[in-house]
Amino acid sequence: MTQPGIRVTHWTQASSRSVGFVVALLVALIFVPLVAGANTVDRLTTLYLYVILAAMWNALAGYGGLVSVGQQAFVGLGAYAAIKLAAYMSAYPALIIGGLLAGAVSLPISSIVLRLRGGEFAVGMWVVAAIAHLLVILDPTINGETGTSLLALSAFAAETRRAVNYWLSQGAMVVFLGLLFVLLRSRIGAAVQAIRDDEDAAASVGVRVLAIKRLIFVLAAFGCAIAGALWLATAITFQPRTYFGLQWTAYMIFMVIVGGLGRFEGPILGATLFFLVEEIFGAAGVWYLIVLGTTAILFALFAPRGIWGVIEDRYGLRLLPLGYVVSAIDIEGASPPSRTPVRETEGETISSAIKASAQTQLAGSEK
Amino acid sequence: MTWINQVVQGVLLGGYYAVLACGLSLMFGVMRIINLAHGDLVVLAAFIIWLIVEQSGASPFVATLITLPVMALIGWALQRGLLERSLRTGMLVPVLTTFGLAIVLQNAMLQAFGADMRALAPQIGDLAFAGWAIVGEIHVGQLSILIFVAAVLLLGGLHIFLRRTAFGRQIRATAEDADVAELVGVNARATFAAAAALATATTALAGALMAMRAAYDPYSGPVQLIFAFEAVVIGGIGSIWGTLVGGIVLGVAQSLGAQFHAQGFLLAGHAVFLAVLAGRLLVDRIRSGEGLQRTLGLDS
Amino acid sequence: MTMLRVDALDAHHGLLHAVRDVSLEVAEGEILALIGANGAGKTTLLRAIAGAHPPTRGRVLFDGADITMLPAHRRVRKGLALVPEGRRLFSGLTVEENLLVAGAAARPGPWNASTVLEVFPLLRERRHALAANLSGGEQQAAAIGRALMTNPQLLLLDEVSLGLAPVAVETLYRSLQLLIERSTTIVIVEQDLDRALKVSSRIVCLLEGRITLEGRSRDITRNEVTGAYFGLRGAKFAEARVS
Repeated sequence: MTQPGIRVTHWTQASSRSVGFVVALLVALIFVPLVAGANTVDRLTTLYLYVILAAMWNALAGYGGLVSVGQQAFVGLGAYAAIKLAAYMSAYPALIIGGLLAGAVSLPISSIVLRLRGGEFAVGMWVVAAIAHLLVILDPTINGETGTSLLALSAFAAETRRAVNYWLSQGAMVVFLGLLFVLLRSRIGAAVQAIRDDEDAAASVGVRVLAIKRLIFVLAAFGCAIAGALWLATAITFQPRTYFGLQWTAYMIFMVIVGGLGRFEGPILGATLFFLVEEIFGAAGVWYLIVLGTTAILFALFAPRGIWGVIEDRYGLRLLPLGYVVSAIDIEGASPPSRTPVRETEGETISSAIKASAQTQLAGSEK
Repeated sequence: MTWINQVVQGVLLGGYYAVLACGLSLMFGVMRIINLAHGDLVVLAAFIIWLIVEQSGASPFVATLITLPVMALIGWALQRGLLERSLRTGMLVPVLTTFGLAIVLQNAMLQAFGADMRALAPQIGDLAFAGWAIVGEIHVGQLSILIFVAAVLLLGGLHIFLRRTAFGRQIRATAEDADVAELVGVNARATFAAAAALATATTALAGALMAMRAAYDPYSGPVQLIFAFEAVVIGGIGSIWGTLVGGIVLGVAQSLGAQFHAQGFLLAGHAVFLAVLAGRLLVDRIRSGEGLQRTLGLDS
Repeated sequence: MTMLRVDALDAHHGLLHAVRDVSLEVAEGEILALIGANGAGKTTLLRAIAGAHPPTRGRVLFDGADITMLPAHRRVRKGLALVPEGRRLFSGLTVEENLLVAGAAARPGPWNASTVLEVFPLLRERRHALAANLSGGEQQAAAIGRALMTNPQLLLLDEVSLGLAPVAVETLYRSLQLLIERSTTIVIVEQDLDRALKVSSRIVCLLEGRITLEGRSRDITRNEVTGAYFGLRGAKFAEARVS
């Protein structure tokens, strides 16, 4: 189904090549624990968890328009649920099931918080995180802020544990990035991008904004909860203050804003940069956070599309076949309602009027 | 009798929350920004007051008076340097920038003042603990009364300022429609900056009261923000007297919650906030003609 | 004497090129009617003149001075006032407060709250009512009154009769007649062609952002106007009427 004047394409040459490269890289990374030293394996595990967190926060803010400053609620709950479950089962199933259970908590939470908009949602989530933190330290087995440890993990040899943590983290990263990728490539993806561009306009053309926001919110909660549980697998100790700490949100915002808000590749780049910064400067406490916060502010103000956005703008580069490139051949024939001749260049952001008409085709051209 | 006492203490505590919340509410009412660094600005004001008292031996009340214009200036600069720009780029950016500011402020204060808990209680002498026994077990502290009176005066003053003065009228008009305000000769940028200065000046008072009634450290901001936000939401966003009502409801809930459990203080406050939020959303949806099924989200 | 000069002005709404290379002049004491179909760019042109919409190219000169870069509130102080489309009163303020906000930074001149209420008697007993509670006609009167409070030399009126009952339109134009007698210069956007031709001394017709017709109101026939309005030239227009 092609309307005269507009051609919609998903795959560009660069993107087919890079998808092949990504798959090869992921396969190669599976073998790292067999060849590399303990430190490398640990560091990469951390990187994978950062990528999950960043991608989830990007899904929320970049695609759902939901700026949450309370995702640490799910990070903490994921770890907490794993600790509780470990009393009844082996440690690793406890981590996975715990993460999933904590993610499921987001369903009831979403009915309240998703009615809030903008800054209200942000603080609303902050309150949710505060409540989760309070409830967890009410549990006497946690010993208040002192916390506890996932002792069941010591049943495994350090080497095994390290490798399993690595594979689980890489697996979780692939699963969540994959889910997000599939989501954005599906019909829902078009609706998601419409919401990102203009929520009210999307609602007016029949996009079920709330249902889609809920889907994203729940996905992000699962991602953060699993990341929290896996973080516990590497750290073993559980201190509520750390797991429910605001620094998680600060990290996520930094990674996404610097990498590129609302781009699939952005948070991956951002997480890698953040990881490198941490490697080079060490988590040098106070100054580290000051610089992080300042950088995030500067990016939000002066380069809101992040580093990836700048790369994309400058080189028209798209590594993954997400979104679409609309090329206008002869638009006079397919006059948009405004009767304005519009010349469109490849890869540019396009006005919502044209996007609306492109969207109807998108569904058709996908097959 | 204990219960009545708890309610009285809660009402008085509500006065503090109202002072804490009114700057946040004003900022949201005029600029549509929820300033996530509001709590940290309150803590910053408290540190500035503490510093003045430490360095010069001035009374905390004098130090508060000095800090008022300092915070106003910070608010003005914040609006011109950060918020104005972030508002132009959409609704998400102000949330990001004020959160970034919160992180920067918390850690900068930690760097400057250290992690120790501070308090102004020692500097205000008897006021910190003196009080009056009313009947039986009901005992009200002088400081609590002072805080409550300060809250009523501040909110009353703001109310009169916004309703009765030319400048207040200008702020209300600009808040409603900045574009049209410009068209009738109002400098909207300057008006917003002035409103931000005013809203931030209230953090000096909130900071002083916070430091007089309890100890604080560089990381106390987020909790203050959450209390302020809860008071604002409970009382109705953008309403001046609503923040007092919201503050009192929050204060009473916390005060009663504390009777049950050590953590009950915080939990009861959050619970009331969530209940009000859920209740209001429910009423809105039913009123807007949507069925109960949809309202409860059973269909999606 | 030329009061307003618009020089090769272009303005965009996103990708929509709303005003294209428009040049026009308004002389002191003149009533210029700006006509054109919906989306012809009239509102954008007025907003660009008033400083509420940044033009992409071109200049706006007022009283000989280049005001293209001036923010809207500074133009108000120079004597330029726009009554925006859809009235846009401050609905949470009373009628009187709406007037006073505009009067706060006014230039010296004949208009103040009491003279405005004299010209619009229907507002007098409603002056303590919230603007949100006014009828359409009252709102429009209040919106014009609010613009007058700034003591403009040049008044820009955007679609003042839109959505009003015929009686209300009559009342409104009777009041406007008073302004005209007080020798205010006016640029008016009006959908009702007959009325536009009647009140104005000169008309400018816009089509898709461009000026298609310009002339003295009494020299222009209704047919010419309709032709320019829909973008049909003489012959084509006759044809269109036949079919």
